[in-house]
Amino acid sequence: MSIEIIKDKCIGCGRCFKVCPGTLISLGSDGKAEIKRPERCWGCTSCLKECPVQAIEMFLGEDIGGLGGRLTVCREQHLLHWKVRLPDGKETTITVDSRNSNKY
Amino acid sequence: MNLEIKRIETDFLIIGGGAAGCYAALTFCRESDENVLIIEKADIVRSGCLAAGVNAINAYIAPGRTAQDYVDYAKADADGIVRGDLLLTMSERLNKTVKEIEKLGLTILKDKKGDYVTRGNRNIKINGENIKPIIARAVLEEPRVTVLNRVNAFEYIIDGNRIAGVYAFGVDHNVLYVISAKAVLCATGGAAGLYKPNHPSFSAHKMWYPPFNTGAGYAMGILAGAEMTTFEMRFIALRCKDTIAPTGTIAQGVGAKQINALGEVYEHKYGLTTSQRLHGTVVENLEGRGPCYLKTVGISKQQDEDLQKAYLNMAPSQTLRWIESGKTPSVENVEIEGTEPYIVGGHTASGYWVSTDRETTIKGLFAAGDVAGGCPQKYVSGAFAEGEIAAKASLKYIYDRRIEIDEGDIDKRKKQLEGFLNRTDSAYTVDQLECSMQDIMDKYAGGISMHYRYSDKSLKTANEKIIELEEKAKTLSARDMQELVYVFELLERLTVCKSVIAHLAARKETRWNSFAEHTDYPTKSNEWVKYINSRLENGEIRIIYRSIVEEGNIYEH
Repeated sequence: MSIEIIKDKCIGCGRCFKVCPGTLISLGSDGKAEIKRPERCWGCTSCLKECPVQAIEMFLGEDIGGLGGRLTVCREQHLLHWKVRLPDGKETTITVDSRNSNKY
Repeated sequence: MNLEIKRIETDFLIIGGGAAGCYAALTFCRESDENVLIIEKADIVRSGCLAAGVNAINAYIAPGRTAQDYVDYAKADADGIVRGDLLLTMSERLNKTVKEIEKLGLTILKDKKGDYVTRGNRNIKINGENIKPIIARAVLEEPRVTVLNRVNAFEYIIDGNRIAGVYAFGVDHNVLYVISAKAVLCATGGAAGLYKPNHPSFSAHKMWYPPFNTGAGYAMGILAGAEMTTFEMRFIALRCKDTIAPTGTIAQGVGAKQINALGEVYEHKYGLTTSQRLHGTVVENLEGRGPCYLKTVGISKQQDEDLQKAYLNMAPSQTLRWIESGKTPSVENVEIEGTEPYIVGGHTASGYWVSTDRETTIKGLFAAGDVAGGCPQKYVSGAFAEGEIAAKASLKYIYDRRIEIDEGDIDKRKKQLEGFLNRTDSAYTVDQLECSMQDIMDKYAGGISMHYRYSDKSLKTANEKIIELEEKAKTLSARDMQELVYVFELLERLTVCKSVIAHLAARKETRWNSFAEHTDYPTKSNEWVKYINSRLENGEIRIIYRSIVEEGNIYEH
């Protein structure tokens, strides 16, 4: 699993490279974030949660049977809206409230 | 490239700002007026095992249960090779640490009476997506804690048998740090990436154990001559295939059983300990009854949706897999597989040989969390508990005189680092040598492709080849500080590999199938109910056997 940074959306704020536990993201010469070693990403989604403009998408690599779906997340106070966008454009959103525990 | 030298003095130095390190810092501030410094390779906001969150507190004493029950459980799971004193002192503190984290803002599910809702005898249900930012925030608010992010420790500074501090370097800045401290806590986590992973190419790293935990703490301890224990008890996780997401939430949450391709429940055939569940899956596959699954078909729509939510709080890749394939757990059983072996003292018993106070055999150096041995099944709350024990015990050194650090030694370390940075003609890359190391460990030291088995002959080969690799690794070059981190991570892993091989060879029995399955000695024997420890002496790993320490005793070095 890895991430892609959507350059058109990125505002170069630097929050993602601060939190990456693997120090994998840096500022490119264009002033936008870039992932230096996409194969070293472990899919923790720390950067997705920090990004204020949803410019970072997580995907599953083809080597583990990824099908092109893209996961993004948008924080709204105590709510996390997780969205999966499929290659055909179909979207699924799951909202998790941090004030509620997991059922399991 | 020329490195700038920065000297820092502190009272209590914590290496690694994960669960154990952060909790230790908070404890220390409550107990003492002295200063704390945390050095962290990444940034404490999301570093360590808790980056994506956790879905449950897996080490908790449910109402009606006792700390001794938890000790008994962990002891049975490891077939006796645990430290009773460490398990009991941890277990006694589990619930209190959870309460502390709740006060900081962790959401814990409660019933109508306000009691925590438990999952079995040892689990409570939480919303742990933000557990690490919650703890990090508390640490950053403590005025006496300084956090140095993006600083990588690589060698202890020792005076006689007393810790004096640590050498470290900047991950993104050209600085050699010389940090002097009166007491030091090592909380750097376990060692991932020693063996060839399930998917060696693009998706080699996966969200369950940080691939950035490269065994730095183990390696620094080994090289400093600290006594280490039980490296032969490797941890191999049974996980959701491909994503390597944890399975416990499915197994315990909706009561899913392990079934083979014929639909037969096989788990009872092999036993229910952690290693037996994995071993059963290996054998079912070898005997032609695989692949194996968690039987989830038939769960309700509500359960299906709840599982998708629960995984977003700890391993979002699994939810993505379910949604993009349309094969959610109620539609298709979840296929399971074993990972490559890890060395991780939070699950099994590998790590520093410590006193009941979590002091290592080096005076003033403490260990907590995944680097501390003898105390398996500690998970998140156990790491907190060990952080607390170590922080309190460190106080006895805080009023000691500071130890002077030799200038000649500092210059030697500077030259060593600059050697890698200024070399341009290396014949190898870190990635090549890392691949080679993982392949050697896989084939000759019991990796996935060998169904986790090894023999005396294969281990001898593994050792010879790892030593050859070490020589090559000394000739690597690094273009910047980040690459220097990669060079040191490889060197650390090679150091840990040699100790793992030595321990696997020393335990001449098979006590835990898969975790340590020696084909020359395929059964277990009572004469091996003892710890296998080791210490580096004059460049050679010396094996030390020690007898079992029971709970109720205080162990001092």
